[in-house]
Amino acid sequence: MQDQLRDIAVKLFKDGNADIIIGYEAGTLPLRASPCIIRSAEQADRLVWNMNCGSNLAAYLLPVAKANPGKKLGILAKGCDSRSIVGLIKERQIEREQVFVIGVVCSGVVDRRRLDNDLDGAEILEAQYSMLDTGYWMLDVEYRAFGAEHQVSRIQYPVSSIIHSACSTCQHKAPVLYDVLIGEPAVEQASLPVANPYEQVETIGSKSADERWEYFAPEMSKCIRCYACRGACPFCYCNQCFIDQNQPQWFGKTTELSDTMIFHLVRAFHVAGRCVNCGACARACPMGVDLMSLTKKIEKDMNELYGYIAGMEIEELAPFTTFKEDDPQEFIVEPD
Amino acid sequence: MGMEEKIIDKSEIGAFLSKIKESYRTVIAPVYRNGELSFDRIDSADEVVLEFSNTKKVPKSIFFPQEEVMFAYSRIPPNPPLLKGGSRGDLLKGGPSGDLVKGEIKGEITEIKEPVLEGQVVLFGVRPCDARSFMLLDKVFNSEDYRDTYYIKRREGARVIGLACTSPRQTCFCTTVGSGPFNHDGMDLLLVDLGDKYLAEAVTDHGAELMSDFPAAAEADIQKKSDMRENAEKRMNLVVADLESLRDKLDTMFGSDLWNQVHFKCIGCATCTYLCPTCHCFDIYEEEETDNSGYRLRLWDSCSFSLFTLHTSGHNPRLSTKERLRQRIMHKFNYFFHNYGESACVGCGRCVQNCPVNLDIRDVISSIARL
Repeated sequence: MQDQLRDIAVKLFKDGNADIIIGYEAGTLPLRASPCIIRSAEQADRLVWNMNCGSNLAAYLLPVAKANPGKKLGILAKGCDSRSIVGLIKERQIEREQVFVIGVVCSGVVDRRRLDNDLDGAEILEAQYSMLDTGYWMLDVEYRAFGAEHQVSRIQYPVSSIIHSACSTCQHKAPVLYDVLIGEPAVEQASLPVANPYEQVETIGSKSADERWEYFAPEMSKCIRCYACRGACPFCYCNQCFIDQNQPQWFGKTTELSDTMIFHLVRAFHVAGRCVNCGACARACPMGVDLMSLTKKIEKDMNELYGYIAGMEIEELAPFTTFKEDDPQEFIVEPD
Repeated sequence: MGMEEKIIDKSEIGAFLSKIKESYRTVIAPVYRNGELSFDRIDSADEVVLEFSNTKKVPKSIFFPQEEVMFAYSRIPPNPPLLKGGSRGDLLKGGPSGDLVKGEIKGEITEIKEPVLEGQVVLFGVRPCDARSFMLLDKVFNSEDYRDTYYIKRREGARVIGLACTSPRQTCFCTTVGSGPFNHDGMDLLLVDLGDKYLAEAVTDHGAELMSDFPAAAEADIQKKSDMRENAEKRMNLVVADLESLRDKLDTMFGSDLWNQVHFKCIGCATCTYLCPTCHCFDIYEEEETDNSGYRLRLWDSCSFSLFTLHTSGHNPRLSTKERLRQRIMHKFNYFFHNYGESACVGCGRCVQNCPVNLDIRDVISSIARL
């Protein structure tokens, strides 16, 4: 798939269909791929595509478009990235014609934190993917436990066991919008059935308010206010974020629980009906805050209340930009 | 002073810490808090974790916390309850101008409370990179030009017991920035893990005093330390050969095209700065409660944020991640060097490990060195 991607990139430049392509390059550490832009066919060899490509590249679309007016943009998009692009077009942030979407069928990206936890903080030295005859992906990891100076250990994981929770609950692995597609959507969609994408949400939802507080309080207490979640999010494009409103100061900016909690709740609500649950915020978070329990809950509510799934159709109106007389309002007038 | 080297058996660490607690206010060491290994005050030696490469959060927060109250105040009504956080008043002349209703200040300050800040802490188990950061922060917060009361009070009488890095990570590059895995800058005492015991090396008289009860190290122990040191240093990556050339090169690079090449992937978050042991920028703002009391806060700030340089006029001289990333690199490897005689990076690798988009500072500075 990576070779195909590079060939497509070369062709796009040669045919004059792109001046800039937003993609991923190899990272400097194991299990990392890093967003990049390339500007010529000669740079196409830099592009990579693998299960380390965890950033949502749609987050770069607006800044790159703004910094390069009049240029034709190409962008690599897995399922969630493509749905984010749909959202940005729907929100009139970018024109469909401005962007050439290289769709890629995704089988999920890995969650480095799950590996770190499993290896108990050991340093990962090398990580290689391989496909078994059965079609399943495996990850071979070389690591060194702390203090084991001269001893490199090896372990093999089925990729399905270390996939990010956003991906293991993803129902849209194939892009919904593309100009050219890499991979076979039908085969892919059939290969990874999603049991219950809302299992975690339902588990938390079945708890009492006190128990939910007990779960979320330590989670939100981890936050260091770096706003990596915001930076990684394609929909956090406000010219001035609510948290940066300081004349007067709208919200507290400390790491105390009341401040971190309100920040994450307001942010989650602000992307309600727009968020595609790509999980880029959760993967970006250096502290491992469980952001997806919030975003996934909102996704579920939007679907149940409005029958709406974000980022599927450009023409479909978003629930919060329309009004219908029979819009549900129980959550306003009769909250739990 | 000549290096004094002693041996502390691992079984004696608890007793060692208890003894320290007798003469100092509090002991701070790596402990698990909310699932994360962090430096915090300890209740007992049992919770101290010394088998670790490094903490994710930095110990600079002991002296320079992410948020601190500079003072609290209360005043007499009749101001109406204010919106939270009028940040633009001249408090000492009568109160914050957070009164959005009338736009003028009424009422009278009745009381100002200052925080009680105490020094006399012992930091235990600090890695050489982080200990060195204290030395660099001292230059900023306690110099001829500027004396920061809050930092100085917290730092007063502090002792640092370091822990040599016998197992550096791939992301460590302290030897590049003039330090090393066994470097004792900023420490009073350096511990080296020899397996079943620690070799303790006094760096200051205070350090010598702390370990005065323990037996002298044997020649074999000292030899083992040297071997471990050599091994650890060998494993360290040299990112750029010469920091002074890097500094000089940066002198002429403000307008370089390089910044256009490297900034693209930056998402403008503060992971690198908030997890950095030497970043020290802060912001000051105020919060007012509805009962006419309030407080002034100092919070960490980050040059990655758009708000960092936003003028009241609306103009922002650092418009994009390009200018902001340039600032961070310039400050670390050029401005700080010019001001204080060394670079402001200690090579801990936290920004390398934790950057959400793998924008690797080692790549940036080696690209500059190659220019």
